[in-house]
Amino acid sequence: MIAIIDYGLGNLKSIYNALSKLGIPARVTSDKKIIEQAERVILPGVGAFAQGMRNLKDLGLIPVIRQVVKENKHFLGICLGLQLLFSESEEHGRHKGLDIIKGKVKKFTQKLKIPHMGWNAVHYSPLTTYHLPLFRGVPDGSYFYFVHSYYVVPKDKNIILATTDYSEKFVSVVGRGNLFGVQFHPERSGPLGLRILKNFSSY
Amino acid sequence: MLTKRIIPCLDVKNGRVVKGINFVNLKDAGDPVESAAVYSQEGADEIVFLDITASIEKRKTIVKVVEKTAERVFIPLTVGGGIRGIEDIRILLKSGADKVSLNTAAVENPLLVKAGAESFGSQCIVVAIDAKKKVSSFKFQVSGRNKKEKSTNLQLATCNLQHSGRWRVYTYGGTKPTGLDAVKWAKKVEKLGAGEILLTSMDADGTQEGYDLELTRAISEAVNIPVIASGGAGNPEHLYQALTTGKADAVLAASIFHYGKYSIRETKKYLKNKGLPVRI
Repeated sequence: MIAIIDYGLGNLKSIYNALSKLGIPARVTSDKKIIEQAERVILPGVGAFAQGMRNLKDLGLIPVIRQVVKENKHFLGICLGLQLLFSESEEHGRHKGLDIIKGKVKKFTQKLKIPHMGWNAVHYSPLTTYHLPLFRGVPDGSYFYFVHSYYVVPKDKNIILATTDYSEKFVSVVGRGNLFGVQFHPERSGPLGLRILKNFSSY
Repeated sequence: MLTKRIIPCLDVKNGRVVKGINFVNLKDAGDPVESAAVYSQEGADEIVFLDITASIEKRKTIVKVVEKTAERVFIPLTVGGGIRGIEDIRILLKSGADKVSLNTAAVENPLLVKAGAESFGSQCIVVAIDAKKKVSSFKFQVSGRNKKEKSTNLQLATCNLQHSGRWRVYTYGGTKPTGLDAVKWAKKVEKLGAGEILLTSMDADGTQEGYDLELTRAISEAVNIPVIASGGAGNPEHLYQALTTGKADAVLAASIFHYGKYSIRETKKYLKNKGLPVRI
């Protein structure tokens, strides 16, 4: 069973619907025990960083997230769920994140329209094949649906699994151990997005 | 590179798809859930449902349609029409919509845009603007004691007309003039927290003679959020023009896709052959 962490932000139903369509058992939950017991965990989210951290804190979910990542449970952060894993964000001031991945969350420069909204190509890092469990069957340069104004900058460049171009090159996929994070929305990215969720549930 | 989005729009009334020619003369043309699924398979980048009668009549059917669509279609879904308050937004997002589009409610209560963006994030608040050209030719008398004064006053009057904006915003499905200048209104909703603008030219809508490129460009250059051009698409070239000359980030079309005149796939191929980044 996959636990989809519900902390009051984002379109959780679409992830649940996508997993249902794939026949993968899932639960939308903010119950620590269910998250602990789940085989895999998804941290979704759309919205503001500070609000996200506040909600996680109010619901007492920060320790359980740290714990399941520490146990090397299969974990996928999506969009804000990816960003929250980082040390800090510069979204409306400076805010501390979960600090599970060292690095920052930065805003796009104003050169292009913000949010970065729509379908953009994801290019695998040439130095690693670590993306493979998640991206099996997905050709390099495939398009996924993005909607965000901030992007992650990890300290450890080895965890960068893919990048995307939007005026500048930004990190769109990170991963280490069984921990993965994607900036785009697999649940809104058609058949290839569903493929990623399927891979996540079965690798 | 970020691709240009091609967005089919389904006008929905009582749970069925219709397409109005200039917002009247509705034709029944199918089931919205099926249509959305087909469009998604064909390569649509997003789907928009507009509950066109919603501002005038009561509606609840759209929520069911959204729920059913969200179970089958895994690309972004925007729903507009008849959204009056924060609770309507919450219900639609909870039913599976990714974005809601506010039109009349945004004009009558601009703080709803702000509240929506603060509660759910800018990315799910689209403001729909129905704009119409101001009447361009009319007679007026210039006052003045002599020829020179009259001439100066005429210049001033013309100058004022130019500066007072060229497009006005309409609400209630294009039936009610608001007097708002479309470009100014677009800037204001961006400030209030809108994540995107869905811009419909009422002059072009239903004509199939092309988008209003001047309007599209004026709005697109005025704001730093994505603009979806709408109204007037009759062939793939029109979409190309809106995305290049009009500087739109996305194009919305209904009739040309809906009656099978052009498929989304062939439209995208056309755009790609002309050098535009599209997802195929």
